[in-house]
Amino acid sequence: MPKLVSHPDEVKVISKRFGMGATNIDRYLELGGYEATRKALAEGPEWIINEMKASGLRGRGGAGFPTGLKWSFVPKQSAKPKYVLVNGDESEPGTCKDHLIFLHDPHSVIEGTIIAGLAIGAKTGFIYLRGEYRYLLEIMEKAVADAYAKGFLGKNIFGSETEFQVITQSGAGAYEVGEESALMESLEGKRGVPRIKPPFPAVVGLYGGPTVINNAETIAAVPHILSMGGAAYAALGSERNGGTRLFGISGHVERPGIYELPMGYNLKKMIYEVAGGIRGGRTLKAVVPGGSSTPVLLPSEIETLGMDFDQVGKAGSMLGSGGVVVLDDQTCIVEFALRTIKFYAHESCGWCIPCREGTDWLHKSLTRFHAGFGTMKDIDNIQYLAENMMGRTFCPLGDAAAMPTIGFVKKFRKEFEDHLNGKPCPYAKHVEVALV
Amino acid sequence: MTPEKTSQETMSIFSPALAAKFDALVEKYPMRRSALVPMLLYAQDEIGYLSDALIDEVAARIGITTLDVRNVATYYSMLRFKPVGKYNVQVCTNISCMLRGGYDLFEHLQDKLGIGHKGVTVDGLFSLEEVECIGVCCWAPAIQVNYDFHDDLTNDKVDAVLNSYRAKAKGESANA
Repeated sequence: MPKLVSHPDEVKVISKRFGMGATNIDRYLELGGYEATRKALAEGPEWIINEMKASGLRGRGGAGFPTGLKWSFVPKQSAKPKYVLVNGDESEPGTCKDHLIFLHDPHSVIEGTIIAGLAIGAKTGFIYLRGEYRYLLEIMEKAVADAYAKGFLGKNIFGSETEFQVITQSGAGAYEVGEESALMESLEGKRGVPRIKPPFPAVVGLYGGPTVINNAETIAAVPHILSMGGAAYAALGSERNGGTRLFGISGHVERPGIYELPMGYNLKKMIYEVAGGIRGGRTLKAVVPGGSSTPVLLPSEIETLGMDFDQVGKAGSMLGSGGVVVLDDQTCIVEFALRTIKFYAHESCGWCIPCREGTDWLHKSLTRFHAGFGTMKDIDNIQYLAENMMGRTFCPLGDAAAMPTIGFVKKFRKEFEDHLNGKPCPYAKHVEVALV
Repeated sequence: MTPEKTSQETMSIFSPALAAKFDALVEKYPMRRSALVPMLLYAQDEIGYLSDALIDEVAARIGITTLDVRNVATYYSMLRFKPVGKYNVQVCTNISCMLRGGYDLFEHLQDKLGIGHKGVTVDGLFSLEEVECIGVCCWAPAIQVNYDFHDDLTNDKVDAVLNSYRAKAKGESANA
């Protein structure tokens, strides 16, 4: 069972009901649940969107797009039904925050879905969980059934003559489906291959209707924002980065876990104080700040780095999914780069050639390199291959594979060179047999 | 081509409970085939893998061709076309698990079970698989046995996990 951790610096908004039995709907109501939805019903769509805009909430899936703005793009009039789609396909390595939301606070996801629906004028919301999260899907399904039984979902929610239905959905194993257009394809019973944009989902989305797609954490934040007010939520975070975020710290730290911290919280402090520092008294070698697709940062780059979308972007990486992966001084960067690319090669859907071929060749090159059969030219080739994938694919998976690879080669070129000429890797225990 | 809804109830390969669940599932969405991906997974949970008969029935229930079903099914990593062990042990070796010993755990399990990646034990009790990130990064290293997560593992702890499944299987066969 995932262990809950805490630290005095935490500001608990989304996580405030974790560990309090809030999966039970009566307990959830005791804890102030569904008040935000009642308020949203009374105040109406314009108020909701204005509060969301004021909150400064930016998409927690990784792109960091302002949620209120996204909702405002949905046309008011539409011949086709509109939909809300909650992305719980959480699959980016280093990311397990939504796991805790579904486990501890499923009703916050339902509330957020209803509120998003009220804001855009949708009557149906889908909550899509990755197939591996079966036990969490069962928790969600129970919560949805309980909400129907109370009249919070259905034809006449809260006796208001407003209809809202929620449908839960299971995936069946696919990282790529976390990309919003691939997610819609999957929900339509197809291979999770991305769609070309434009048109954007807000105009032509699920079943051809205007669709708002939000990450589960984004949706879970919504009821809290309406309860406390957009401005109060914004004030918790940093400039243009409202509120708090569930940061998942994993890897070589003493106290890994999910911590809810204000946006803009210093990364060094997050590793050394919140997560208890590097395990076994070792030193920090590198940190991947926001899930496996985000370029690696060096210890010298995190001293004053605030964890928000803009500051991490300025530092040459991305805040991504908030999954902070910490590497100690005994970690082989070549092996880490190889394991990262092995994942993307496995998950590439094969639709776009630069991604399909690029991830495969990077995987082959890094496997050979790590096994000690690389050449100096390989180092340049790896970087060249990765750079040529960037921006040349339908969806961001190609970039997600290329960006960290470029980062590893650029920042740890010496370590790559140390692997040359058949020299054994000074750190690695697991050398795969070179296939090429 | 949208074939007439057939009378699956009389000729289903699924249990009555699952057949009833599927009857409801295909009507739940604005479009029948939205049921396809979860339906394949639930069907696999009961049958063990995507057999020809399973694919035929799912295709008929939704009203699409079997080729269309296969096209979709091959995309998703959890869907399989061969049986696995009663307990399918899936070991995450992705970055967060790797940093905390995911590969050691995978090697240990290979030794303990005497099988490699995608192998099945002779008695059919266990199968082993190296998998990509399963969303348990902060409690690494972790494995998933069928749908159950086991986190914060060591070699000793994983031995106890295996034993708990052995005991469970024994209990089930004793009660049968």
